[in-house]
Amino acid sequence: MPPIAMAWPLHRHGSMPEEKPTSDALRILIVDQNVMRGSVLEDGLREAGYSNVVVVRDMQNLMRRILDNDPDVIFIDLENPNRDVLEQMFQVSRCVRRPIAMFVDRSDTDMIEAAVDAGVGAYVVDGLKKERVKSILDMAVSRYNAFAKLRDELERAKAALDERKVVERAKGILMKERGMTEAAAYALLRRAAMNENRRLAEVAQSIVTAARLLK
Amino acid sequence: MTESVIVGFIPLLDCAPLAAAVEKGFAADEGLDLTLVRETSWANIRDRVVVGHFDAAHMLGPMAVASTLGIGHLQVPIVAPIALGVGGNAITVSNALWEQMAAAGAEIGADPARQGAALREIVSGRERDGARQLTFAMVYPFSCHNYALRYWLAAAQIDPDRDVRLVVLPPPLLVDALREHQIDGFCVGEPWNSLAVDVGVGHIVTTSTAIWRASPEKVLGCRLDWAERHPQRVGALVRALYRAAEWCEHPRNREELAHVLAEPRYVGAPVDLLMRGLTSSLVFAPAGLPRSVESFYVPARNAATFPWRSHALWFYSQMVRWRQIEAKPEHLALVKATYRPDLYRASLHPLHVPLPPNDTKVERAPNGFFDGKMFDPADPLAC
Repeated sequence: MPPIAMAWPLHRHGSMPEEKPTSDALRILIVDQNVMRGSVLEDGLREAGYSNVVVVRDMQNLMRRILDNDPDVIFIDLENPNRDVLEQMFQVSRCVRRPIAMFVDRSDTDMIEAAVDAGVGAYVVDGLKKERVKSILDMAVSRYNAFAKLRDELERAKAALDERKVVERAKGILMKERGMTEAAAYALLRRAAMNENRRLAEVAQSIVTAARLLK
Repeated sequence: MTESVIVGFIPLLDCAPLAAAVEKGFAADEGLDLTLVRETSWANIRDRVVVGHFDAAHMLGPMAVASTLGIGHLQVPIVAPIALGVGGNAITVSNALWEQMAAAGAEIGADPARQGAALREIVSGRERDGARQLTFAMVYPFSCHNYALRYWLAAAQIDPDRDVRLVVLPPPLLVDALREHQIDGFCVGEPWNSLAVDVGVGHIVTTSTAIWRASPEKVLGCRLDWAERHPQRVGALVRALYRAAEWCEHPRNREELAHVLAEPRYVGAPVDLLMRGLTSSLVFAPAGLPRSVESFYVPARNAATFPWRSHALWFYSQMVRWRQIEAKPEHLALVKATYRPDLYRASLHPLHVPLPPNDTKVERAPNGFFDGKMFDPADPLAC
């Protein structure tokens, strides 16, 4: 994990920045060390017409990026240990308009729950009307959920592939050591799995391990 | 009937009672199916307790108080029915800063006043020379680490908000940040101080125990409404953790405990580094010899698991002192209601163990602060 640069300027004695002109183009900053996931959210927001979206991937100069972009809404993935850093910056810094943890209002626990379930933390500049950000938060939640689902599927596919490889190797060992045909080797594995009430891949793995030990 | 309970934790030495409750069967003894979930940030711990992902969590004492008061986030009443030990933190500085401090009179293992005086000289010198301010890191704004560091600095006439910079950094990033000169020192729980010394990038200056002999640390925190809905689970958790902490306390078990904590699903640090904290025998300087720090980390003895209401009040006094909140008379009842010695007593009743007669205590010598100051919970904002 890249170390964070401590070079953010804390203008303790500086004055609050002037109110920026009102515009419907909300500025959105996404802090995510996962390149793909950050892009998934960014794309979604752009498609929905939010053009002012910045994704920060490396944690260096995080404060600088926040200052430069002056975001209205900040998202951060919950796997990121720098979340505590971010929250403290908001508390001590006088030079950013104070973003606050999403909806500091008890009626919105459902929304918070959905976000935490999805693995995303959201910070919204104090005073921003809830209606203006609701759709963005919904978007973040659905995109993070979609990404998590995608990642699960990828992991399952990878695991299945790994299992197939183990079974192939176990078959090869049986064919070589016992002079079996491929079909007979597979049938033997399957029978053993059924008898021992174990998964085919587990039986195959134990054959591969045993063969390695006996070598 | 088994009750399932999910508890979040941060990989630090003082998650020990939680790990022992699972691994040594104390939770199962109480009919609990206890699942521990490792987390990466304190903000996640807070949010996942608030939304109910976790029934309870390994929590910074001041975090429970801040949540009950609604500082910095949603106001969600949290209760702490048991503490998870006393002490376990230290302040570590970079080798470069240590050398300067040593030249100004600091000594390995010396008392916090002497170390602080040396640091004061360095800080003044830098101000005179127009050098950049020293930067110290801690792990969370509402933490004993923040307050211990500030207490020590302020006692040495160093204003923690004006004379140095304080930043938050998560424990796993501290050692790298110190190595790369992004920070000059930090206050954190073990094993991170020992790791910094072991890899040769820092010196331990002082410990939480030296600053405040019986200094509180983590608690088990859960939402008030969860505790009210599940009194049996709270009781079972408190008993399981009490017994687990007693097990952790016993010298005979330390080696085994270190091996449990060394596993990646708990702290994931080398056994010998974990043993330093567990045996209160710290190595202060790279390639140095271990030195005994009496009562550095105390999981159970001397009522270390008792949720003293005076601890909650002290945290509140520090929140006010460092302007995290403006004092209001109505806060006191909320603060006191966060720490729940009544739940602790009721839960442990079946175990017939000795319990402290009071819910608060005055903090003073020999268990008090290094500068001789006293904390009287009857008048928490006096100092």
